[in-house]
Amino acid sequence: MAGKGLFWSTLSDPLIKQNPVLLQILGLCSALAVTTSLDTAITMAASLTVVLVLSAFFVSLIRHHIPDSIRLIVQIIIVASLVIVIDQFLQAYFFDISKRLSVYVSLITTNCIVLGRTESFSRSNPPLPSMLDALGNGLGYSLVLIIIGGVRELFGKGSLLGLQVLPTIDQGGWYTPMALMLLAPSAFFLLGGLVWLVRSLNTYQIEPPEHQAPEKKESRA
Amino acid sequence: MADLNPFSWWKGFLALPNESRTKTIVVAFLVAAVCALAVNGATVVLRPIQSANRAHEQQVRLEALISAIPGMKDLIADAGGDALSAVVVNLETGWAAKDVTPATLEAALQDPTNYTQLTPAEDTAGLGARPDFVQIYILRSGEEVSLAILPFSGAGYQGPIQGMIAMHGDMNTIAGLAITDQVETPGLGGRIEEPAWQAQFAGVKVRDANGELRFAVQHGPASNDYEVDGITGATKTSNAMSRIIRFWMGPNGYGKFFDAVQRGEF
Repeated sequence: MAGKGLFWSTLSDPLIKQNPVLLQILGLCSALAVTTSLDTAITMAASLTVVLVLSAFFVSLIRHHIPDSIRLIVQIIIVASLVIVIDQFLQAYFFDISKRLSVYVSLITTNCIVLGRTESFSRSNPPLPSMLDALGNGLGYSLVLIIIGGVRELFGKGSLLGLQVLPTIDQGGWYTPMALMLLAPSAFFLLGGLVWLVRSLNTYQIEPPEHQAPEKKESRA
Repeated sequence: MADLNPFSWWKGFLALPNESRTKTIVVAFLVAAVCALAVNGATVVLRPIQSANRAHEQQVRLEALISAIPGMKDLIADAGGDALSAVVVNLETGWAAKDVTPATLEAALQDPTNYTQLTPAEDTAGLGARPDFVQIYILRSGEEVSLAILPFSGAGYQGPIQGMIAMHGDMNTIAGLAITDQVETPGLGGRIEEPAWQAQFAGVKVRDANGELRFAVQHGPASNDYEVDGITGATKTSNAMSRIIRFWMGPNGYGKFFDAVQRGEF
């Protein structure tokens, strides 16, 4: 069935080929802020994926009846309500992690990936493909967050998910933690490195330069 | 004649063009109502669990602070069971508050008249206004107060810092310190959460023999009995901790309470 292949590519394309963070450069703020350790990165990734899938479902469900003039407001209200519910849920059942994620869960509302997917895909597709597309994008975002979170926690603290992997000097081991890894700039470096890596492997992602530097015509007198 | 059958009314509504004014308003209202219901439902259902979480965390921090103080567990065991008692203290007088109990404290703190505005010169902790009533924990041996656990708060570098400080019976020697809430830079200022840094507060004196406030978080290693080591690379957070502790140990903080305890009036 041709539909099956289409479903599969809807789900898998956003992982690498159309990754929302690496190719579309969306949702960076949270990707930089919550990746100081792996567990916060995973929680954030899971929260965003849930919000993304549910908002895709609801928007797609009422897509024929959203008046064009208020469509952005309707979408944002749906997204924001879901985010508040998720935030309350985390505060109730994952109290420690929700304290460390602080304001970033509520900021999922303004994450460009969510509004981007509801506006460009869910608004014009039936619920099932919309949810698949949302799930794919959520997983693509999760993939990037988990890679960056893992690298930062491993080299910044010598641990993964709180378990000590590299014994640090403080604890009598040999590893000197890189404090830079825990600060925001390291996330920029890692993200830049990932973008470079993925574009080198998938050369079709490389964009043509927008401007040509003017040729140098005359030599200095 | 208006059609009163709700199903056909609903069908008629859905069939309206999306751009019609009626449909726009009704859709906006319905979406808002459903979302409001979901948000309120989640908040109401989950609130008891959340407040239990917060109370539990306070308890854990308090217990961690107690177990970090040498000999504290034995003291409590000697005094028997429920020795640590919660008291609301009035910072204006230094005595136990007359008409505010731990149960009514939250309501009392809703009232802006129970706050004292601080001048910028006084306000070294960056509080703006200081609550007049604070819940503290005290341990008595006989009639004497042998230990007091005092909450403190103030502005750090990135955001508010909250914690608890334990004072020995002389109200001049720190017995221990715990940070309950902070959002300082992870790995730098955030290290105020580390037990190794907090451990050096134990035994540090706050005032010298003349009663002058000497406590400080030093830049680099501490050089005398009134100082603790600063955190390398976190000068602003170290300074903030210094200012916050000095505020709460001073006359606008627990100063009057200390005096009352030292006069044996508490």
